[in-house]
Amino acid sequence: MVSTNLILGIAAVVVLLFVVYLYNSFIRLRMRTNNAWSQIDVQLKRRYDLIPNLVEAVKGYMKHEKSVLENVTKARSALVSGGMVEKAKASNQITQALKSIFAVAESYPQLKANENFMQLQEELSGTESKIAYARQFYNDSVMAYNEALQVFPGNLLAKLFSFTSKDFFAAEAGERKNVKVSF
Amino acid sequence: MSIYEEISANKRKSSLLIFCFLVFALFLGYLIGFFYGNQYFGLILAIIFGGIYFLISYYGGASAILTMTKAREAKKPEFTHLINTVEGLSIAAGLPKVPKVYVIDDSALNAFATGRNPEHAAITVTTGLLHKMNKLELEGVLAHEMSHIKNYDIRVMMLAAVMVGLTVLLSDFLLRSFLWGGKGGKRENNQLTLILIIAGIALAVLSPFIGEMIKLAISRKREFLADASGALLTRYPKGLADALRKIKGDPDPLVDHANKATAHLFISMPFRHDGKTSMMQNLFATHPPLEERIKKLEGM
Repeated sequence: MVSTNLILGIAAVVVLLFVVYLYNSFIRLRMRTNNAWSQIDVQLKRRYDLIPNLVEAVKGYMKHEKSVLENVTKARSALVSGGMVEKAKASNQITQALKSIFAVAESYPQLKANENFMQLQEELSGTESKIAYARQFYNDSVMAYNEALQVFPGNLLAKLFSFTSKDFFAAEAGERKNVKVSF
Repeated sequence: MSIYEEISANKRKSSLLIFCFLVFALFLGYLIGFFYGNQYFGLILAIIFGGIYFLISYYGGASAILTMTKAREAKKPEFTHLINTVEGLSIAAGLPKVPKVYVIDDSALNAFATGRNPEHAAITVTTGLLHKMNKLELEGVLAHEMSHIKNYDIRVMMLAAVMVGLTVLLSDFLLRSFLWGGKGGKRENNQLTLILIIAGIALAVLSPFIGEMIKLAISRKREFLADASGALLTRYPKGLADALRKIKGDPDPLVDHANKATAHLFISMPFRHDGKTSMMQNLFATHPPLEERIKKLEGM
């Protein structure tokens, strides 16, 4: 009798330990996605702050392309409100709008030679690629988190503690594809 | 091998390197003590000096390496693009902190990362690399270095450079000063000279083994692994493949301030690529051929 109780007790402890381990790993993965999201937010904010400076710098040169500037300003204001899906959409719009500003700037040699403009362009393209990297890290983290929630037996526990899966941060078309890596 | 296994393997190797170093120091201390007729004195001496040297190399190794290679900190606005790329890649890698960025004023194409952990890490590139690589190639190289940081390769490589590598340099130095030294025949202090010569010879005899140790610690696989995880970061293996091809075709692969202690840190051997390597350089061949690495990257 004693030995049966002992075995049952040990089994209970093992199961409990496993549950604790799973729970903690869910928490860890979820924290990583939150942290990854805040990385995106930091870079979006940085770009948000840089855009008025850019508009200011190019306004004097681009008299005939008012609509290009209006586009970027409009997309920028859309970034403030809304959740992640709206932010992703607004962010993609800003990317496109900025691209067209820099494309137009190509035909203004004086603007292109402007020190202030050159610095802004470098900063903005740096921020642009940081957003892309932050999104990549966020999506990787979300993938790991969602996967952990969906595989057995994690899915039972996830339901019990009501962990819900997260959305990906949508990428624009023509994004770099993932590569297959084999060691 | 997953990245987590790689990380724990690297931490284990670091401890092993430290352990071997301390055993070596104790052995040396015992010998010295033996000659002076008091082994305990020698052992205590070894513990004190070995311990101090370990602490210095663990906490100051990265700065020592940066000083040795004559690296200077990269600042905006001169290196805005470089700094931005490093920041972006460290976000992609999910590093806790952006590594410090350094440059070496050298026309050779090379780069390395160093530090004791991802929180205390530095990435160094030569100015030649910055001038000759395009955006994607630079990104590829930096992503490779970023992976060394994330995998804790930097800790093993730093300890190998500072603890083991310096022993080799010391033996070089002692032997050289013995062969050409004593300018003008200043050799009064006979006993000291004798000890130095013996130490030099002992170290010289040991240096092939030390070279083997470095090779064991810095397995060639880690370069492939860093290439692969770098490609995962940029999602563009061709960038690094092109960069490696440029490095391979460069007629000036030498980094002036690279030496045997720091060679294994670099992304490609900072010596000649033309196959005419000396025996000493072969001994420290810690890198797989560039050709092989390019082929693997292009197969991804």
